[in-house]
Amino acid sequence: MILLSAENVRAYYFLPQGVVKAVDGINLSLEKGITLGLAGESGCGKSTLVNTLLGSIKPPLRLVEGKILLDGKEISKMNISKLKKDVWGVEVSLVPQSALNALMPTKKVIDFIKDALVQHKKFSDSEILSLAKKRFEELNLDVKALYMFPHELSGGMRQRVVIAISTLLNPKLLIVDEPTSALDVSSQKQVLRTLLDLKKSGIIQSMIFVTHDIAVLRQIADKIGIMYAGKLVELSSTDNILYNPKHPYTVGLINAIVTPEPEVKRRKIMSIPGQPPNLLNPPSGCRFHTRCKFAMDICLHKEPPLLEVEGDTLVACHLFSSSKGG
Amino acid sequence: MSWLLLSVDNLTKIFTVGLLRKKEIVAVRDVSFQVDSGKFVSLVGESGSGKTTTAKMILKLIQPTSGKIFFEGKDVTMLNKYQDLKEYWSKVHGIFQDPYASFNPLQKVDRVLYQVFGLIKDQNVDRDKTVREALKEVGLNPEEVLGKYPHELSGGQRQRIMVARCYLIKPKLIVADEPVSMIDASTREGVIQLLSNLRDEYKTSVIFITHDLGLAYYVSDEMLIMYKGQVVERGSPDEVMDHPSSEYTKRLKADIPLLYRKWEGF
Repeated sequence: MILLSAENVRAYYFLPQGVVKAVDGINLSLEKGITLGLAGESGCGKSTLVNTLLGSIKPPLRLVEGKILLDGKEISKMNISKLKKDVWGVEVSLVPQSALNALMPTKKVIDFIKDALVQHKKFSDSEILSLAKKRFEELNLDVKALYMFPHELSGGMRQRVVIAISTLLNPKLLIVDEPTSALDVSSQKQVLRTLLDLKKSGIIQSMIFVTHDIAVLRQIADKIGIMYAGKLVELSSTDNILYNPKHPYTVGLINAIVTPEPEVKRRKIMSIPGQPPNLLNPPSGCRFHTRCKFAMDICLHKEPPLLEVEGDTLVACHLFSSSKGG
Repeated sequence: MSWLLLSVDNLTKIFTVGLLRKKEIVAVRDVSFQVDSGKFVSLVGESGSGKTTTAKMILKLIQPTSGKIFFEGKDVTMLNKYQDLKEYWSKVHGIFQDPYASFNPLQKVDRVLYQVFGLIKDQNVDRDKTVREALKEVGLNPEEVLGKYPHELSGGQRQRIMVARCYLIKPKLIVADEPVSMIDASTREGVIQLLSNLRDEYKTSVIFITHDLGLAYYVSDEMLIMYKGQVVERGSPDEVMDHPSSEYTKRLKADIPLLYRKWEGF
C-alpha cells in the first residue's frame, strides 16, 4: 500500500537573482509501515522537498510541476486553509528543524497543546488533558512535563514533547527534519527511541526522516534516499545503501563518514572533491558530473533517469543505465 | 624514535565568577598527560568538559590555578616574559575552531601569514617565497588567496591558511581545538591529512581537541575522554572503544550511532 507518492515534482524558488531549482523532478513513493531516510549535504534540497510534500509552499517557493498524493488525496491541489483544516496534524505532521524553539516560552506545555488543538476539532479542556496524558505515558514521557514551561525542559525533552504534540491526532505520516542535530548523543538516542515508539505503537504508520547523518539513519530507517543538487540520485534499502551503494555520490558520502568503528579505520576516510553546485545555475546533464571521477561524455549533456537496478535499488547514473552506449 | 615533548601534571583551573556572591567553577581538575614527539593525542568531551580550557593553559593563553606544564623538560608553567613566550609560541602553536575568529575582517589574509615572521628567529628569509611555498604545501593557490579579505574565502580555505601558518613556523607541537568542526566532510579529510603530513615530515605532535568521538578514534595514537573537567578514560582508541572503564565512556559508547552496527532494540 502506497501512503505517499510524488510524481515528477519540481519546486523552484523565484528570486530576483534568478530561479533556484531546489527540487527538480523528484519521483518518490512511500509504502505504509516504512521509515524513509532522506540524506544529502546542506543545500541539496532536502528541506524544500519535505515542505513541498506537505503542500507547505510559500513564495518565493512555487510548485512548478508535479503531483503529490497522500493516501489517495491530491494535496498538491489543496489550498492552505483546506490543508490546515483537514491535512496538517491530522493526516501528516512535520517536526521542523527549528522544533527546539517551537514551544511558546510564556506558556506551560499543556496550555500550548490546548491552543494548538483549537485549530482542529472541538475538544473540551478535560478531553485534551486526558488525551495528552495518555499519549505522554505511551511514549514514556514524564507527565509532569505537561505542567512545565519550555525553559524548564532539557533540549532532548523539549524535542520529544514537540514530537508527542505533533502526533496527538495520530497522523498517518510524520516528517521529521534534522530532529537531533542540535543534541548530544545521549539525548539524540532518546529522541530516536520516541520516534521508534510512535511507529511501533501504530500512532503513526510511516515516517520520513531528513538528516545529513547517515549513522543516525542506519539505526532507524528501512530505506534511504540520497539527494544531490535537487535530485534523488539513489533510493534503496538501508543495508544496500551501506554495503552496496551504486551511485558514485552515495559511495563518496558513505566513505566520508567517520564513526568510532574498526571498519572505518580500515577503509579510511575519503572525500569528494569540489563543492555542491549552485542551484541557480546547475551543471548540464548529470548534476554530479563536475565532481565525479567516472564522468563520461554522456554525463555532460544527458540527464540520467532514476532506474531500477538489482532488485529494489533505484539509481540515477549513466554507469548503470542500459542506454550507456548512447 | 620518539621522545617526551610535553608533560602536564595535575593541571587545574578554577574560575571565580560573581561580584558580591563569589562562586567558584572548576573548569579543569587534576588533568595529567604526556605527549611524545610525532604523536596525535586527542582530548574528547562534550561542551563544558574543560577541553578548551586545557588547550588554553597549554598554549599559555591563561594561567593554571595549580599544576605544572613541562615542555622539552623545562617548566614553562610560570613563563611570563614576552621574549620567553615568543620563543615558546614558535614551538607550540594553536589552531582554533572558527577560522573567522583568527582573522581580522578588515585586513587582508596575508597579515595572518606574515605576522608569523615575528616568531621566527631567522630574519633573513625570503618572506614572499616562504609564504607562497607554505600555501602550496596546504593545497592552496597563492594567487587565489593572497590579497583577499577573509569573507572572500571559504571556510575550508581559511582553515587551510591556519594550517599553512604551521608550515611556516614548523612548531614541535600543534594544539588544534576543533579544527574541522566548521567545515564539511570532504574538506575535513584534507585538513586531517595536512596535520598527518606535518607529523610525518617534521615529527610534529598534535593535541587534537574534539567532541567527535569518531574523528578522535580515527586520528589518534592516544585518546583521553574528559567529563566535567576531569579525564575519565585514557588509552589507545581501540582500548577505549573496546573496553571502556568509566560509566561516562560506557554510556557514550552505547549512545553514539554507528554505521556498521545497529542498536539493540531498534
